Amino acid sequence: MAYLELNNIYKTYEQGGSETEVLSNINLTIEEGEFVAIVGFTGSGKTTLVNLINGLLEPTKGEVLFKGKPVQGTSHERGVIFQNYSLLPWLTVGQNVYMAVKEAFPKKSKSELNAIVADYVEMVSLTPAINKRPKELSGGMRQRVAVARALAMKPEMIIMDEPLGALDALTRGNLQDEILNIWGKEKRTALLITNDVDEGIYMADRIIPLRPGPNATLGPEFKIDLDRPRDKTEMNDNPNFKNTRNAIIEYLMDIGAERKVEASEGFVLPELTPKDFVNRFK
Amino acid sequence: MKQSLTLGKVTKFMGLGFLTTIKDLFTGKLEKEDFKNFLRKVVVPIASILLFIGLWHMGSKSLYNIEAEFKIEKALNDQGPAAAEALRTCIASGDSSCQPNTLPSPSQVWSSYQSLLRDHNIISADKAAFIEKTAALNEKRLAEGKDAIVYTGRPSFVDQIFRSLQTVFAGFLLALLIAVPLGIFIGLSPTLKSSFNWFIQIFKPVSPVVWYLLVFMIVKTLLIGSSEDSSFTISFISVGLCSMWATLVNTAMGVSSVDKDYINVAKVLKLGPFQKIFKVVLPSSLPLIFTGLKITLSVAWMVLIAIELLAQSPGLGLFVWEEFQNGANDSNAKIIVAMFVIGIIGFLLDRLMLTIQNWVSFDKTDAI
Repeated sequence: MAYLELNNIYKTYEQGGSETEVLSNINLTIEEGEFVAIVGFTGSGKTTLVNLINGLLEPTKGEVLFKGKPVQGTSHERGVIFQNYSLLPWLTVGQNVYMAVKEAFPKKSKSELNAIVADYVEMVSLTPAINKRPKELSGGMRQRVAVARALAMKPEMIIMDEPLGALDALTRGNLQDEILNIWGKEKRTALLITNDVDEGIYMADRIIPLRPGPNATLGPEFKIDLDRPRDKTEMNDNPNFKNTRNAIIEYLMDIGAERKVEASEGFVLPELTPKDFVNRFK
Repeated sequence: MKQSLTLGKVTKFMGLGFLTTIKDLFTGKLEKEDFKNFLRKVVVPIASILLFIGLWHMGSKSLYNIEAEFKIEKALNDQGPAAAEALRTCIASGDSSCQPNTLPSPSQVWSSYQSLLRDHNIISADKAAFIEKTAALNEKRLAEGKDAIVYTGRPSFVDQIFRSLQTVFAGFLLALLIAVPLGIFIGLSPTLKSSFNWFIQIFKPVSPVVWYLLVFMIVKTLLIGSSEDSSFTISFISVGLCSMWATLVNTAMGVSSVDKDYINVAKVLKLGPFQKIFKVVLPSSLPLIFTGLKITLSVAWMVLIAIELLAQSPGLGLFVWEEFQNGANDSNAKIIVAMFVIGIIGFLLDRLMLTIQNWVSFDKTDAI
C-alpha cells in the first residue's frame, strides 16, 4: 500500500456558469520516506494539486488516499509550507510557531510547548529574531519561520508549495540545504512543488513534470539516481545528472512549445492596483 | 528593541505632529531647510485662523448695524422720532437692555467664555461648601438608613460638558457592544449577512430624532412606575443606536474580507472556531473595525447634541437649547462658545481613537 495515493483526480472550477477543468486524470503514488518533486510552469495548477493533497480543497472526481484512508479536510499529519509564507503579521516569530505547536500538542504544558518552539526556531537559526514580527524580517527569514512552523508540528509528511520561489539564488541554496538536512535527520515523506528543475534534481528522489493546465496532468516520472548527500558543484560534472537534467528540460520545452502553438490568441490583462483600505480613512 | 519615548514620537503617534515643529521653534533646533515646513505647518494655519476671526468680526459688525438700523426704523414708525432718538443713544451707549440680537462678535464670545468659567468657579465653590456643610449630617442619615442629601443646584457649563461626555461614552460603549459582535457574526456567515442586510440598509439612514422617539416609546413603557429620571438612559441608548451602523458595516466587511492566506493557515493548523476568530479573524480586521469605531464616535458626538435637546437630558445640547430659549443679551455668544467647545471636543475624540488605533493594530501596509 502506498503512503500517499492520488487516483484519477479531476478538479474543475466553476465561475459564472462556465467550468474550467484545472486538473485532469492525475495519478500519483508516493512511498513512505520518499522525496518527490513536481515541476511545472507557473499557472499549471500546482497549487491546486497541493491543496487537494493537504485537504484545503476536495477533488471533483477521484480520490486522494493518505495511508490508505481518503483525505477529508486538513490534518496535523501533513504539514504545509505555503508559497507566500502566510505568517500572521500581528504575531512575533515565536508566537507564530507557538500557535501551531499548541494546536498540534494540546496536552503539553506551556513550558514544554515553549521548549519545542525554541528548538525549532533555533533549527532555522532565528533565535535572535524570535521576538520580531514578520515585517521586520527579510523574505528568507520569513520563509524559515514558515518552515519552522510547519516542522514544529512534527508532521509525518511535509508538503511544500514553491517554498523558495520568491527568494534570491543564494538564500535559496542555503534553505534547500537546511530543508534536506532536516528531512535526512527525521526521514519524513516530502512533496516539493517547484518551477526550478535544478532544485528538483538536487533535492528529490523522483521528479514528475506537470503538463500545464487547463487539463493539467502529470507527465512521465524521472528517477534521480544520485547518492546523498549531494554536492552542488560535483553534481554539475556527473554524467547521470546531466542526462536527467537534459531529459527533463527537453520534455518541459516540448510541452512549452506545444502550449505556445495552442495559445496563439492573446489576452490583455486589466490594469489593477490593490485597494488600500487603511490609509483611505486616516 | 526598546525605543526611547520622545515628544516627537508621541505627538506624531497621536496625529499632532505640528506640536513638534512649534517646540523646535523655541528650542532653536529649526534648520534653514525646515523653514518652509515651519511656514506651512505653523504660520499658514495661524494666519488662516486670524483671517477667519477678522471675517467673523466684520460680518458680525455689519449684521449688528443692519439689526440696529431696523430697530430704530421700527421705533420711528411705531412710536415717533423721540423714541427713535432715545433708542439710538441707548444702542450707542452699549446698554444691555436695548442691544440688537444677532451674530455675536469674537470679542463678545470670548467674554462670554470667561463669564461661563467664572460661573463655573462660583458654582463649584458653592457645591464644595454645600458638601462640606452636609457631610456630617449625611453620615448620620446614612447610618440611620436614610438617603443622603445631594446638591441639586444648577449645573455649570463645565459640568454639562462632562455630562455630555458621559452620555456619548455610554452610547459609544453600547454601540461597540452591539455592533462589533453582531458584525463578526454577520461577516462570518453569508446566511446571517443576507438576513440582516435589509435591516441594516433600512435602519442606517434613519434620523437621530426618530431614533430618539423610538427609544422613548420603549423605555417609557419599560420604566413604568419607576421614579428615576429616564432622560439619561433614553439619550444614551438613542446615541448608541444612531451611531452603531458604521461599526456594524465595517466590522462585517473586515471579517468577511480576511486574507485567504490567513484562513488557509487557520485551516491547516486546525484552529478551533474561537481560536480562529480571536487569533486570526479579529486581528486581521482590526484596522477596519477601528475605522468604523472612529466614525461611530464622531457620529455619536454629532447626534448627541440633537438628542440631548429632545430628551431634556443635561449636557451641551440642552445648554444650547436653553440659551436659545433664554434670549438674554449674551445668549447668542454662549451658543457660539458651546459650538466651539463641541467642535474642539469632537476633534480631540477623533485623535483619541486614532491613538488607540495606532496602539492596537499592526501596520497592514507593510505586512505580508
